[in-house]
Amino acid sequence: MSQAHDNYYVPAQSIWPIVGAVGLFLIASGAGFTVQQLDSEQGWGVWVLSLGVVVIIAMLFGWFGNVIQESMSGLYSEQMDRSFRQGMSWFIFSEVMFFAAFFGALFYARMIAVPWLGGASNNAMTAEVLWPEFEAIWPLIKTPDGTTTQAMGWMGLPLINTLILVTSSITLHFAHVGMEKDQRKPLKLWLFITLVLGFAFLVLQVEEYIHAYQEMGLTLDSGIYGNTFFLLTGFHGMHVTLGVIILTVMFLRILKGHFTGKQHFGFMAASWYWHFVDVVWLLLFVFVYIL
Amino acid sequence: MSSISDVQIDHDDHHHAPPKGLMRWVLTTNHKDIGSMYLWFSFAMFLTGGAMAMVIRAELFQPGLQFVEPNFFNQMTTVHGLIMVFGAVMPAFTGLANWLIPMMIGAPDMALPRMNNWSFWILPFAFAILLASLFMEGGGPNFGWTFYAPLSTTYAPDSVALFVFSVHIMGISSIMGAINVIVTIMNMRAPGMTYMKLPLFVWTWLITAFLLIAVMPVLAGVVTMVLTDKFFGTSFFDAAGGGDPVLFQHIFWFFGHPEVYIMILPSFGIISAIVPAFSRKKLFGYASMVYATASIAGLSFIVWAHHMFTTGMPVQAELFFMYCTMLISVPTGVKVFNWVATMWRGAISFETPMLFALAFIVLFTIGGFSGLMLAITPVDFQYHDTYFVVAHFHYVLVSGAIFSIMAACYFWLPKWTGKMYDEGLAKLHFWCSLISVNVLFFPMHFLGLGGMPRRIPDYALQFADVNAIVSLGGFAFGLSQLIFLAVVIKCIRSGEPATAKPWEGAEGLEWDLLPAKAPYHSFSTPPEVK
Repeated sequence: MSQAHDNYYVPAQSIWPIVGAVGLFLIASGAGFTVQQLDSEQGWGVWVLSLGVVVIIAMLFGWFGNVIQESMSGLYSEQMDRSFRQGMSWFIFSEVMFFAAFFGALFYARMIAVPWLGGASNNAMTAEVLWPEFEAIWPLIKTPDGTTTQAMGWMGLPLINTLILVTSSITLHFAHVGMEKDQRKPLKLWLFITLVLGFAFLVLQVEEYIHAYQEMGLTLDSGIYGNTFFLLTGFHGMHVTLGVIILTVMFLRILKGHFTGKQHFGFMAASWYWHFVDVVWLLLFVFVYIL
Repeated sequence: MSSISDVQIDHDDHHHAPPKGLMRWVLTTNHKDIGSMYLWFSFAMFLTGGAMAMVIRAELFQPGLQFVEPNFFNQMTTVHGLIMVFGAVMPAFTGLANWLIPMMIGAPDMALPRMNNWSFWILPFAFAILLASLFMEGGGPNFGWTFYAPLSTTYAPDSVALFVFSVHIMGISSIMGAINVIVTIMNMRAPGMTYMKLPLFVWTWLITAFLLIAVMPVLAGVVTMVLTDKFFGTSFFDAAGGGDPVLFQHIFWFFGHPEVYIMILPSFGIISAIVPAFSRKKLFGYASMVYATASIAGLSFIVWAHHMFTTGMPVQAELFFMYCTMLISVPTGVKVFNWVATMWRGAISFETPMLFALAFIVLFTIGGFSGLMLAITPVDFQYHDTYFVVAHFHYVLVSGAIFSIMAACYFWLPKWTGKMYDEGLAKLHFWCSLISVNVLFFPMHFLGLGGMPRRIPDYALQFADVNAIVSLGGFAFGLSQLIFLAVVIKCIRSGEPATAKPWEGAEGLEWDLLPAKAPYHSFSTPPEVK
């Protein structure tokens, strides 16, 4: 570890964390009330939730604005850059574990829960008495209580989306190379192509959801297959959305002339995040769609 | 909002003195301020959760229903557990980490100071939501702190939505706090402070932070599935839709077992600092302590299902989890051995931190042994969900984690305040706590072996006498903690001035390089560590 620090840099006090805390409070309580009021006439929870979202967006603008200003005026040392990089890596690790929980649920359902319902292990009599009709297959198109649905194939839209996302990771890598060589033109071009691919993925994903809901009868509440399908692809979609927003901000910052070949933590973090989202999709494609 | 020029001014003079007034605490990015806020918040939550324990013990003082409705009793056991785990123990350790790690490794502050402020300030809001849910129509969470499905889904009150989102915020807070700790340790060490020179408190927190980042997201995942099962028609934990309630327990305990080490590993670090200081000897087996801590953390990921021996698993799986669990006693034994070996032929003196540390070693070991008993699958069938389990985890968490936090507070109070606490009053606190904690929790072993189930507001008549004794111990333990508050307040207001190193055997940068009261910014240039 190179220890080239002279005086440590201690950032000034900031109003943004407490704004963010209030924002999260509004989001959490608002979301809680919204969910409770789903079946009732009251609907004020949504307003608390929306206010929270507005506060958080303001916080993000303010906080990142400060950090960008400080970074642009050269206040940050190499050591801080390392802190940011390590912090981002550990954040991505925490995201990996978040998805691991849902993949764990998927594997448990496929390998244990559904076979046991069908009488595997020592459950032959239970299955015979409770659900004699039940067939333990995956995708589970008919649940023990009789809800039916159709399975989503991997050809067509999912395959196209896989190609799009993998390509976008490659184009983003080219953009990164452009950044490191200080070649702004290819940087802008490749990043723009990445953004277009990201948007295309999201549009097609929405298309797929509409198809699932309207034509296939595959919904969030159609048994464990629909549950795992929509929670995994849904959380992934939310991450792609966030990734597209982050990359858009990076694109705008690059147009304004931010970043240099040596100093571009923000861009690098965005690119790490995008690659992570891509890897998650590949796992999804294998375990949710193909197998 | 600070413009560039403010930032540069602040940067130049390093804002040596803290700003005044309330906004100092709201806006602060200083690790000591944030550490203090974590510790006070933790103490407030300790009293809140403790008050709920008093309600539980009052109800259980006699058989029959005296004071509260069964549903309210359930809410008390649930929220008591949640508050003590997420509100008292974890924030106390994070507070200690904030105060101590930068001083111990020669850093100016935590690596990400603003995020540090955010991690703290979202906590009070999270607990405001959780506590508010107690007053909602239908009541607050009543499904136990482990919120097993379907209690937390099909049969849960509507306020479970608030519970879910408050747990999300607690998780975000813990993850950010852990990222900050891990980055601080990896990136902010003074030159020469190599990994194998780190004080054990720093080492244990490094490993704890890794555990936190690995498992808090899993908790977030499982509460999300609870939410969708309850409100959006999914059936992750419902066999009718192809799911399985046991799936909930697997995911929960995949988080839950590392979580219990999250609440004890920093204790090991604290005890490893205090025992050598008052034995006036170097810690015996430093390297083996580090490896033991890492082994415990590693094993914690493959033992989760020992919480579920009675809920449905193939025998082979039960055996696997039984043996892995028993394996944990090896590195834990290494630790206890090393502490005892450190004291061997030491010039021991018995100031309050050492008394708490000694009590920790003995009582935590008792809790460890009852854990070993619970790990044995066939006998667990008898102990499961009885007061034996309650006795076990309170021995490791109260006389383990909480006692180590008390020891840490007494040990480092002089460095935090520049003043000495009242040793007589502190010793009174110790002896009251030590006696009452055993009156409170030791008889619970017998209740459990006799078959008294946990989480039930009423019980069979033959348990009456022992329950009355347990309740008396509980009230005494609760009252004793007010002495602790008195000691701390007296120390801050009118303590005798302390020296830079009030404990002659203590070692570490915070004692050797900093004045009696650690300055607002400890190290503005990195110290040289030999």
